[in-house]
Amino acid sequence: MIRTVAMRFGGLLRKESLQILRDPSSIAIAFVMPVFLLFIFGYGVSLDAKRVPLAIVVEQPNRDTQSFAGAFAQSQYFVPIHFRNVRQAEAAMKRRRVAGIVWMRANFSRELLAAGVAPIAVIVNGVDANNARIVEGYLQSVWANWLTSYARDRGAPITLPVQVEQRVWFNPAVRSRDYLVPGLIAVIMTLTGALLTAMVVAREWERGTMEALMVTPASIHEIMLSKLVPYFVLGMGGMALSVAMALWLFGVPLHGSLWVLMGASALFLMAALGMGLLVSTFARNQFVAGQVAIIVTFLPAFMLSGFIFDIRNMPAPIRTITYLVAARYFVAILQSVFLAGNVWSIFIPNAIALLLIAGFFLGLARMLARKRLD
Amino acid sequence: MSDSTEITTTAEPAIVLDSVSKSFVTGGRIVRALDNISARIRSGVVTGLIGPDAAGKTTLMRLIAGLLVPDAGRIVALGIDVAREPLRVQGALGYMPQRFGLYEDLTVQENLDLYADLHAVALVERPARYAELLKMTGLGPFTRRLAGRLSGGMKQKLGLACTLVGSPRLLLLDEPTVGVDPVSRRELWAIVYNLVENRGTSVLLSTAYLDEAERCADVLLMHEGRTLGQGAPGTFTRRVAGRSFRVFAPDVGKRALQKRLATAPGVTDAIIQGANVRIVTDKAAPPDPRELLADMPHAEITAVAPRFEDSFVSLLKAPGAAIAAAVAAAVPREAPARKAPGDGEMIVVRNLSRRFGDFYAVRDVSFSVRRGEVFGLLGANGAGKSTTFRMLCGLLPASEGTLRVAGEDLRHAAARARANIGYMAQKFSLYAELSVLRNLRFFAAAYGLRAARQRERIEWALSEFELKPFANARSADLPLGYKQRLALAAALMHEPEIIFLDEPTSGVDPLGRRDFWRRINALAESGVTVMVTTHFMEEAEYCDRLVIMAQGRILAEGTSEEMKARVRSAEIPDPSMEDAFVALIQNNLANGAQAA
Repeated sequence: MIRTVAMRFGGLLRKESLQILRDPSSIAIAFVMPVFLLFIFGYGVSLDAKRVPLAIVVEQPNRDTQSFAGAFAQSQYFVPIHFRNVRQAEAAMKRRRVAGIVWMRANFSRELLAAGVAPIAVIVNGVDANNARIVEGYLQSVWANWLTSYARDRGAPITLPVQVEQRVWFNPAVRSRDYLVPGLIAVIMTLTGALLTAMVVAREWERGTMEALMVTPASIHEIMLSKLVPYFVLGMGGMALSVAMALWLFGVPLHGSLWVLMGASALFLMAALGMGLLVSTFARNQFVAGQVAIIVTFLPAFMLSGFIFDIRNMPAPIRTITYLVAARYFVAILQSVFLAGNVWSIFIPNAIALLLIAGFFLGLARMLARKRLD
Repeated sequence: MSDSTEITTTAEPAIVLDSVSKSFVTGGRIVRALDNISARIRSGVVTGLIGPDAAGKTTLMRLIAGLLVPDAGRIVALGIDVAREPLRVQGALGYMPQRFGLYEDLTVQENLDLYADLHAVALVERPARYAELLKMTGLGPFTRRLAGRLSGGMKQKLGLACTLVGSPRLLLLDEPTVGVDPVSRRELWAIVYNLVENRGTSVLLSTAYLDEAERCADVLLMHEGRTLGQGAPGTFTRRVAGRSFRVFAPDVGKRALQKRLATAPGVTDAIIQGANVRIVTDKAAPPDPRELLADMPHAEITAVAPRFEDSFVSLLKAPGAAIAAAVAAAVPREAPARKAPGDGEMIVVRNLSRRFGDFYAVRDVSFSVRRGEVFGLLGANGAGKSTTFRMLCGLLPASEGTLRVAGEDLRHAAARARANIGYMAQKFSLYAELSVLRNLRFFAAAYGLRAARQRERIEWALSEFELKPFANARSADLPLGYKQRLALAAALMHEPEIIFLDEPTSGVDPLGRRDFWRRINALAESGVTVMVTTHFMEEAEYCDRLVIMAQGRILAEGTSEEMKARVRSAEIPDPSMEDAFVALIQNNLANGAQAA
């Protein structure tokens, strides 16, 4: 009995593996897609503001204004461009040649000495809200730094509106790549787990092979398991590739342990495979399977997982929905394992959530799958 | 059941169907796929499940295989209740679905290995089993070839080999012979007979080819979810014994003769067969020529052997069969002859070839078609028929050779040539979501018909093809025969001079097929040139002339009479079109072997 089950299952596994090896599309989704996505997000997309063009308008140049403008030139965040008057600078901002304007009026030095208050006007282009906020923050820090050094040079205290002392934890370099790349692993594994599984089962329906498979003594458990195991291996392979690229190509630090990372990935992959199998129980052609898998698994993993967009900033109804997205828990674990270390208070609740979701989807897929056509 | 008197119940039946019903919901409609079917399938013989598309053959197969559960009734296969213990049944039977269930990216050997694993065939038994199956199917030299690279006939045999790996006691084959060339069909039948004789396997085989009924020991005839009868094929043909005749009348054209005989009193069926018309009468007595053909002194009436199809048609047309009345009434009105049928050559093809990479789909093909002729392209799937068609319609450029259609060279004036062409694609290229009326409007507009002219043609199509009652029905919901009519109407909207029909009657029941050919004959009579592809050997008889294609080449050209005459011998005194085809392919193979 056990030998016949092993023989059947072995046959199914061998068949699935041969198909993976012969069909370039599965290999492409598992290995080429991760490389592609990692390159886009690792090199192309950056949420940092660097070398922002900034208009500097000085109405009455003197030593103080020169020194302050020099502070911008030294900053790696800004490229100062000088304008004669504000109107020209505004025109440049409208054409998006500059992202902001720093305007030093004629009374700059006098006010600075007399009142010790910061009399500069700053105009930031708010069209790109995210960028504007970052530029605003950088501007303030340049201004505060300059004021401090100005006061130190003169030995006179200058009253700052707010004294800010910043220290960034967990990602001291404040490189967006360091948290995008780990988050991307969740997206990549969703692709291999859910999309690939849903598609290959649909392909069997389309080609009529599923019908032949169903009229063999193989049980539905064996058939489903034979889809899970190879794509689990493939998904973990994609994960390993992504981690290797993250560590050695993009120089993302890994503060936690590799074992914790693998454990969490395995749990998440089970959830993704469960979703894929669930889609495959009703989608019987590859087009529908692909569409459904992308809409219900890939897009949420992309947008609602906190990988790019912070969940805390989402409106309450959307925030509630994110609790159903498996990738949310995985992204939380990934970012903590990479950037902070083994934080058990983050790992354990999120891992439990992943376990529950995986159990739910796999169980539901099993319940709905029948060795029948209707 | 009076038909089953011949059946001697020696053993327990392989399958017992007890009042089985099954419905599906499609597009908000409930379709009764099977309506209260009861039958016993004998063990140790081949039983044919015969009927046109939508008869419920596949549904019945799937029910027996445990892939579907009946709404009502009970199925016992090999003594096991299928609904209760599907896995046990599936362990004991072999099932080949319509597309053979092969993994095209695995090799022949890998496919066999997979099915051997699935049926848990012991490793020690495998070498002998494989050797036997490979010998039986002739696939021995191809074990390392990918299944996707096999020809249609070889795929079919591999599919059969895979279902046989587990040595099933019961074999379910769902339309294994559709679209496969006649030689492969005969080889498949030989394998099936061999299994039945040497292993005592019970076989249930479904087919839409009525002539295959005669190869079965027992036949279950189905139509629209019901059984029309069960019994040995002889019991069916015996019922129409003495009612089949061949009529030859040199005074009138075969089409005019067929039209007249089809509506003559006492005639159940009249079809064109080469230069003759074959009729089935409603009484077992030779018809009186003076009555039937009063004004044709040279007409000859000869009695011929009855065929299975005769009995099917007479069963369908029997009193009480509702479908018959509707079809019989549908006699197309006389279409005024637009241009006198002359000898103007409407289609001229010279040394036509089409390559895909280094593969020749069509190779060095030449023929010509005269105005008003019905010209056939006969061949199996993959013979190059559809590729030839696409080139003739200007849908696919030719790699080599010249093509003239309606006087236009397709290389330079494809668009102008297309204005004179009507094209009815395989599977009826209709917009399934649109109503009948909207489909007609779309095609009329696509052919540039506007305003009054468009209204006039749509009105013509609705009345000519009796589509008025369905004008607002979604075309997806139409019965197959009506879909076929609508597709033909759409192709005729702009009154083309040439009409191309690509496998127009695939899957349509015999009455639908007759109705369709009646319309085609009327078109040809009015001067329209008709070009048709088919893999039904019998439809070749309806054509004035035809070419037989295999592997992209033309094997023979001529009338069906000429082709049959070539293979007439002492062994086959009255050869069928299929005999002619098989002989041609075998000659071709022999020549090829000689050349090599």
